Amino acid sequence: MPSRTLKTKKSGRSAPELIFGDLWNFDPAPETADPKLKTSYDLFIDGKWVKAKSKKKFASINPANGEKIADIALANDADVNSAYLAANRAQKMWGKTPGKERGKYLFRIARLLQDKAREFAVAETLDGGKPIKESRDFDVPMAAAHFFYHAGWADKLEYIAPGKRVEPIGVVGQVIPWNFPLLMLAWKVAPALAAGNCVVLKPAETTSITALKFADILQDAGLPKGVVNIVTGASETGSAVINHPLASKIAFTGSTEVGKKIMRSLAGTKKKMTLELGGKAANIIFDDASIDQAVEGIVNGIFFNQGHVCCAGSRLLVQESVADLVITKLKTRIRMLKVGNPMDKNTDIGAINSLAQLNKIKSLVAAGVREGAKLYQPECVLPKTGYYFRPSLFTGVTQSHRIAREEIFGPVLSIITFRTVEEAIEKANNTVFGLSAGVWTNKGSRILKMAAELKAGVVWANTYNKFDPTSPFGGYKESGFGREGGRHGLLDYVKLS
Amino acid sequence: MSARVTPKAMKRLFDTIGTVDAVGIEERVSKYSTRSIKNESKMWGLNCAVSMVDLTTLEGKDTPGKVASLCQKAIEPHEFSEIPQVAAVCVYPSMVKHARKHLGVSKIKIASVATAFPSGQAPLSTRLAEVKYAVAQGADEIDMVINRGAFLCGEYSRVQDEIAAVVEACGNSTLKVILEVSELETYDAIRLASFLAMQVIRDGDFIKTSTGKTGLNATLGNNQVMIEAIRDYYLATGKVIGMKPAGGIRSAKQALQFLTAVKETLGDNWLTNKRYRFGASSLLNDLVRQIQKQKTGAYQAPYAFSEAAESY
Repeated sequence: MPSRTLKTKKSGRSAPELIFGDLWNFDPAPETADPKLKTSYDLFIDGKWVKAKSKKKFASINPANGEKIADIALANDADVNSAYLAANRAQKMWGKTPGKERGKYLFRIARLLQDKAREFAVAETLDGGKPIKESRDFDVPMAAAHFFYHAGWADKLEYIAPGKRVEPIGVVGQVIPWNFPLLMLAWKVAPALAAGNCVVLKPAETTSITALKFADILQDAGLPKGVVNIVTGASETGSAVINHPLASKIAFTGSTEVGKKIMRSLAGTKKKMTLELGGKAANIIFDDASIDQAVEGIVNGIFFNQGHVCCAGSRLLVQESVADLVITKLKTRIRMLKVGNPMDKNTDIGAINSLAQLNKIKSLVAAGVREGAKLYQPECVLPKTGYYFRPSLFTGVTQSHRIAREEIFGPVLSIITFRTVEEAIEKANNTVFGLSAGVWTNKGSRILKMAAELKAGVVWANTYNKFDPTSPFGGYKESGFGREGGRHGLLDYVKLS
Repeated sequence: MSARVTPKAMKRLFDTIGTVDAVGIEERVSKYSTRSIKNESKMWGLNCAVSMVDLTTLEGKDTPGKVASLCQKAIEPHEFSEIPQVAAVCVYPSMVKHARKHLGVSKIKIASVATAFPSGQAPLSTRLAEVKYAVAQGADEIDMVINRGAFLCGEYSRVQDEIAAVVEACGNSTLKVILEVSELETYDAIRLASFLAMQVIRDGDFIKTSTGKTGLNATLGNNQVMIEAIRDYYLATGKVIGMKPAGGIRSAKQALQFLTAVKETLGDNWLTNKRYRFGASSLLNDLVRQIQKQKTGAYQAPYAFSEAAESY
C-alpha cells in the first residue's frame, strides 16, 4: 500500500503554514426578501382556516436570535378529530378522481412552490435556522421536484405493480420532523396525493411555518377541501394524529425513541406504517480515495444543515495509513466554514434548531470529552444571541464511546480508524442504526463489495448526501422501515390486490 | 517529492500526490460561485484583481503601436480614478523591446511568452534560444509551455528536464510554466503535471493553466486542482509557487470567484500579485466598470472605458 503522508518540514525551518486571516473578509450579505408571514396562524382543516377548539396558541421562535415569529394554534384531540372527519369526507371523492386530474393539482402545487421559492426559502431559514443558501438551493427546489415527480406518477399507477389492482389506502396520518420541514412535507404529501389518499399532517412544533404557508398554496391550487389538513402542536397533537381510528396508515419521520412508541401504540391495529428514524452513518475513507474530495464529502456529510440530518455521516471511519493526512486536511477545511446568521448568503453553518437540541448536543459533546476522546473546534466568533454550536471533531474515538453510538444530530463528527476492508465493514455495521453510509475509494470493485455488505438503506460512493425524488430512501434496523421516493416509496401508499 | 521523475517512478509519484475525483472537485468549486461579495469586500476584491492582471496581447497581427496602447492601459486602467496598475503586460518576444520603451520607469513587469508558444513544437535548442532572446530584450517574466507531446506519451522525465533547462535560461527572470490543461484533459494529469513543474522551478515561479489558444482554458475546476497542488507542495516543502489562470476569465464576477477559491484554499498570503495573476485582457475593463459602478451606483456604457486589448 502506498504511503500517503505529507513529508514533515526540513529541520531548521519553521513549518509552512497557511494563513486564513482577515485580509479579505466578506461583508454581510443578508437575504432581504419578504417571507410574507402572518403574526398568527390557525389550523387548516377542510380547506379553510379554523380556530383551534383548544383555544390555545404556542409561539414559534427564530433560533437565530430567540425572537418570536408567530403564534400558532395548538390542536387538541377534538381538532385532530375534525381534521380526520374532513379528510374522510374528502377521501370518497379524491380516491375516485382520475389520476390525470390528481396529477394536474400536483403539477400546480409544484409550480406554485417554484413561483414562491424565494419567500419559502426565507421563511424556512427564519423558522428553522438553516443557512439561506441551503433552503434556497436544496430544500425548496427539492420539495418542488418531489411534487413534479409524483405528479407524473398520478396517472400511471397501474404500472407500479403490473398485473395487480392499485387502490388508495385511505386517510393517512403524517407526522414530520423539524430538520427539513418543507421537504419532509413534500416527501409525505406528494406520494399520498398521487396515490389518491387524503392527508392529516402534523409538522414539528418548532418548525410549522412553511407547512402553514403551504396551506395557502393548496388554496391557490384549488385543491378540493379536506384532501390535505394541517394540524399544529407538539407531542400530544402528534399522538392524537397517530392514534385516530380513521387513519389507514401512519407515516412518521423523527427520532427512534418516538418511533418505538408509535410502533407500540399501533400494535394490534390494522394501520399500515412507515417509519424513518435516526441514524449514525459511517462515512468510510479508504487510503486510495481522492483525499481532498473525500474531505469535502466529510464536511458535506456532517455539517450540512448543522448536522440535523438523519443520514448525516456522523461517524468517520478512516484507514489508518491516511488518518493523519485526512484529519490535518479536515481541520484546515473546517476553519473556512462560516458559522453565524443563517440569513446571510455566505453562512455555511446556521443556528441550532432549538435550545433543547443545543443542550442535547452540548451534553453529548461533554460526554465525549469525559470519556477521553479529543475534541477539536476551530476558532470562530459565534453570534451573541441565538443557538449556535461550533463545528466539532472528535479524534481518538472507539466503538464503545457514547459519541460513536448515539445520534447527536448536531455538527459533531466522531473519527474512528480502521486497518482493513473487513474491519471497516464490521465497524460500520456495529450500530443499532442502518440508514445510510458513504464509501470513498478509487476502486470500483470495492465500492460494489461495500454496497452489498453495509447494512444501510442508502450507500453513497465517492459522494454524500445526494437525494433525488426517483431514488428510494429509508433504513434498516432501528432506522425504521418503508421507503420514501421512487417506485418503492409509492408502493407504501397504495393497496394492492 | 524532490527527485526527478523517471517513467518507472511515475506510479510512485501518483501514489504520493494522490488522485483527483472530477465530480467532487466540480462540486467544491461550484460553491465558490454562491459566495455573495458585497460593498467594501467587493471593492477590495475588484482592486486586488486589477493589480493581478497580466494584460495580454498575443496575436499574429500585434504591432509596436498595439503594444504601446496596451502599455498605456496597463499604467492607467481608467483615466478618472484611483485604480491600481496591472501586474504585467504579456507579449510575444519580438514585442518586448517596444513594451520596455513604453513602460519606462513604471513598476509594471514585462512578461513574454517563449518556447515556441503556443504549441511548443520546436527543437529544445530553438525554444531555449527564444527564452534567452526574450530575457535579453528585457523580459522580467517568461511564460513557457510544457512539452505536452512528451507528457502524453509518458516521457515525464523529459518534460521535467526541459522545464529545468528553461529555468536555467531564464536567469533572474521569473518563470511561469503553462501546462495547457485542455490538452492534458484529466484532473489527474493536471495534478501530475503541476507537481512535475513545481519540483524543478524556483521559489516565486508560477504554474499557469493555459495559452488561451485552445478551446477550453482556465476554469474554476482546473484552477482548484492547481492551487491544491500548490498548497500540498508548499506544506510539504515550504516552497512558494504562484498561480496564473489564463484565458476565458472575462468578467469581474468570474475573477472574484477565482479569488474566493484562492482565499479559501491557499489563504491570505496568496492574495497578492506576487503569487497570483490573471492572464487576461477584456477582464480589465469589466473590473474597471464594476469599480466605477461601486463608486457611483450606476453602470456606465462599455464605450465609456478605453479599449486597448481585445484579444484572448
